[in-house]
Amino acid sequence: MLGSASFAALSLKPQAHGATVSGALPWKAFSADPPEPVPEGQRLFFTEAEAELLSAIADRIVPADELSVSASEAGCVTFIDAQLMGSYGSASRLYMNGPFEKGLATQGYQGSQTPAERYRAGLAAIAAHVEAQTPGKAFAAWSADEQDALLKELEADKVTLPDGVDGQAFFELMLKNVMEGFFADPVYGGNRDMAGWKMVGFPGARYDYRPFVGQHNQPYPFDPMSIMGNADWVRKGG
Amino acid sequence: MTNILPRKDVVIVGLGWTGSILAHELAQEGLDVVAIERGPWRDTATSFNIGVMPDELRFAVRRDLFLQPRTEAITMRNNVDQVALPMRDYGSFLPGNGVGGAGVHWNGQTWRFWDSDFRTRSHLVERYGAQAIEGLTVQDWGVTGAELEEYYDRFEYLCGISGKAGNINGTIQPGGNPFEDPRSRDYPLPPMQMTYGPSLFAEITSGMGLHPFPCPSANLSQNYVNPLGVAMSQCSYCGFCERFGCANYAKASPQTTVLPALMRFSNFEARTLCEVLEVNLAPGGETARGVTYVDSSNEEYFQPADLVLLCAYGLFNVRLMMLSGIGEIYDPQTQTGTVGRNYCYQTNASAKLFFDDKTFNPFIAAGALGQTCDDYNGDAFDHSGLGFVGGSGINCLPTNGRPIETRYLPHHTPRWGSEWKKATAKYYSNTLHFTSQGSSYAARGNYLDLDPTYKDRHGRPLLRMTFDFTDNDVRMSDWVSDRMEDIAKASGAPKYSISRVAKGWNSAVYQSTHNVGGAIMGADPATSAVNPWLQSWDVPNVFVIGASAFPQNTGKNPTGTVGALAFRTARAIREQYLRNPGAALVPR
Ligand SMILES: Cc1cc2nc3c(=O)[nH]c(=O)nc-3n(C[C@H](O)[C@H](O)[C@H](O)COP(=O)(O)OP(=O)(O)OC[C@H]3O[C@@H](n4cnc5c(N)ncnc54)[C@H](O)[C@@H]3O)c2cc1C
Ligand code: SF4
Repeated sequence: MLGSASFAALSLKPQAHGATVSGALPWKAFSADPPEPVPEGQRLFFTEAEAELLSAIADRIVPADELSVSASEAGCVTFIDAQLMGSYGSASRLYMNGPFEKGLATQGYQGSQTPAERYRAGLAAIAAHVEAQTPGKAFAAWSADEQDALLKELEADKVTLPDGVDGQAFFELMLKNVMEGFFADPVYGGNRDMAGWKMVGFPGARYDYRPFVGQHNQPYPFDPMSIMGNADWVRKGG
Repeated sequence: MTNILPRKDVVIVGLGWTGSILAHELAQEGLDVVAIERGPWRDTATSFNIGVMPDELRFAVRRDLFLQPRTEAITMRNNVDQVALPMRDYGSFLPGNGVGGAGVHWNGQTWRFWDSDFRTRSHLVERYGAQAIEGLTVQDWGVTGAELEEYYDRFEYLCGISGKAGNINGTIQPGGNPFEDPRSRDYPLPPMQMTYGPSLFAEITSGMGLHPFPCPSANLSQNYVNPLGVAMSQCSYCGFCERFGCANYAKASPQTTVLPALMRFSNFEARTLCEVLEVNLAPGGETARGVTYVDSSNEEYFQPADLVLLCAYGLFNVRLMMLSGIGEIYDPQTQTGTVGRNYCYQTNASAKLFFDDKTFNPFIAAGALGQTCDDYNGDAFDHSGLGFVGGSGINCLPTNGRPIETRYLPHHTPRWGSEWKKATAKYYSNTLHFTSQGSSYAARGNYLDLDPTYKDRHGRPLLRMTFDFTDNDVRMSDWVSDRMEDIAKASGAPKYSISRVAKGWNSAVYQSTHNVGGAIMGADPATSAVNPWLQSWDVPNVFVIGASAFPQNTGKNPTGTVGALAFRTARAIREQYLRNPGAALVPR
């Protein structure tokens, strides 16, 4: 990547990091690495009990009905699990220097915990709350109405969870991540068979709509496509 | 241990929109130019590859191309009585990172400001009297609309802006913006083809007597070769535009307009993954000697240079000035000092119309595709008796249908569960969304300085932003929201909702990356940090280029004006400054 004109300057310090470009455009094919597809059913972060609880919660957020399969059937828990194992889970992008103060609503999330730590603590707190309500009967065994009632209370900040967990904030995090899993490209493990995209009619990674711009008020005719291609292609390719 | 490098004529901090324009102009002049850029090298074929680019999670939600707060965060509070805390993630605005800067992942809505905007203070006082701007610290820019016209023209032709002129040399053109100032010729390309949403919006608003016209767009309506000989392509309406690089060479960015020409100059060099820490001043503090930067392994370098151009994005220009001791930091109590003064933003609101029987196909979209009404923008309308100054453009620019973030629902719809699913499936393609993008007028208590507590990874203070919407701007936006409600009613949509602006600017919700002011231009060194050529009043071999120069913001996106100012500064350096290097172009 070193251009000839610039080499003199940086050769003073041959071990310099960073890059110098001069005299021509640098060329490095496919430097934007494609994401690694997340295999179906992969579980690296959650324990079995955590995955069961999160699946039950996610399946009330996106329940199975005539519009789509449920969140967990669409891979949303697999998606969240993979996200928490990666840079998102460890908050590696974020500013995480202290001091940590409570902050105002206009100042955004100010906690010191990473998303991975929040899931670990949040799911444990919900499990403990459930155990206190119905000893021996896990959330997943509750009726749909009972489950919805607790989730609504969390959403409205009406439950005090143990260990200082902010139930409302944790509910919002789960809601956001389930939606991400339901609508993100299937390469990340969720939106299986493009269930989320089919529900709304989003064609995915098509990238060229020129023939359709002028076709006002008419449905777009083609099925969605992932950056991995179209499900049909994969099957045909064997 | 600092490594001392061989001297250069010019060092440019940041290789985004302004940095690449200035670098090209000065390399053409034959100067030895180095640009130092914090982020990586980025180019279309490699970094914005079509095989990875249409990925909402990676680029829009996790924001792969943006500046990561871990690299540099900013603290915020709404007023001086609060304690500022760091934005641990950027939310309300998203600064760029890497070659191309925010010019890579902008929308491309490319506006000209009006002469009345450049003379905000004198224009408003002349028309409405001094009491109209009471409590505001709005100022004149020290440049007129007529003076900037040729530089707007250069930026628009560089980019291949697709639009329709509204006023050519004083003659109003049908189909364009009748409120714009005279321009010398039409846009280089005709407007983009309209999708259904903006077409319907134009039908409704023109039926009400408003004047909709196509938003001037840096997403190209046709193939184009710009004056530097760089070829660009027609936009494919892919809907992965803002927050993404364009895989089609169809969105004007430094990559698609300037860099291919710039990189041919052997007297230009770009150093990437290198972060400038400060501008070093000679004893006495009146001359810059060069800049200090660190590479990605934290090795420190001193790059001596005769001329230093800050092109690091407005906010970071201001922070670098403060960290380097260029000019005096503004104090809101005494209202002395100029650096950090008049920080302004953008005052936005939105409307959603929910239909039962329409198919808008929101995914057929581009970052700057749509229709605008400027009837309530700036001073296009009489403000007498309204109780506010300023205005908003009303924009129907449905830029995308990416479903993680773009799903509109009527108020009181559940946010999850079966009812949510039904409503989402119904309204995803049935919603027409439009916004008001309003002016942000300066006030004493809105400013930038250095945070007393929070530090960056090198242990230096973060920038601190103290900002809230002024009462004037809230009244303005509210009045324009009423006008949006008029449009909503006229549309016949069975349901609609209006999201109004409210006091308490929320740093966590995206609004716009239109941060302006802090190193403002003006004719008076007591109230501006740079002169009308963007040259520091205090250190004349430093120029500060970017929206940091805006004394207040209009109801329009900034980059057309940023680009025009960059070309104007380049010319001033070439034709005036270099005759007598180091001297002030305007005496203090
Ligand atoms: C999502 C989004 C949408 C937008 N849409 C529009 C639009 O439609 N219309 C419009 O007019 N504007 C829009 N903008 C704003 C537009 O992108 C900016 O106005 C424009 O890019 C500013 O140009 P600049 O040269 O000042 O900064 P940039 O283009 O951001 O370049 C600054 C460069 O400096 C580098 N840098 C910063 N600090 C340092 C340092 N210490 N050392 C070395 N390098 C450094 C950065 O990495 C960056 O590459 C949008 C912005 C965003 C993020
Ligand atoms: S909408 Fe057009 S300009 Fe924008 S990224 Fe897609 S093809 Fe490029």
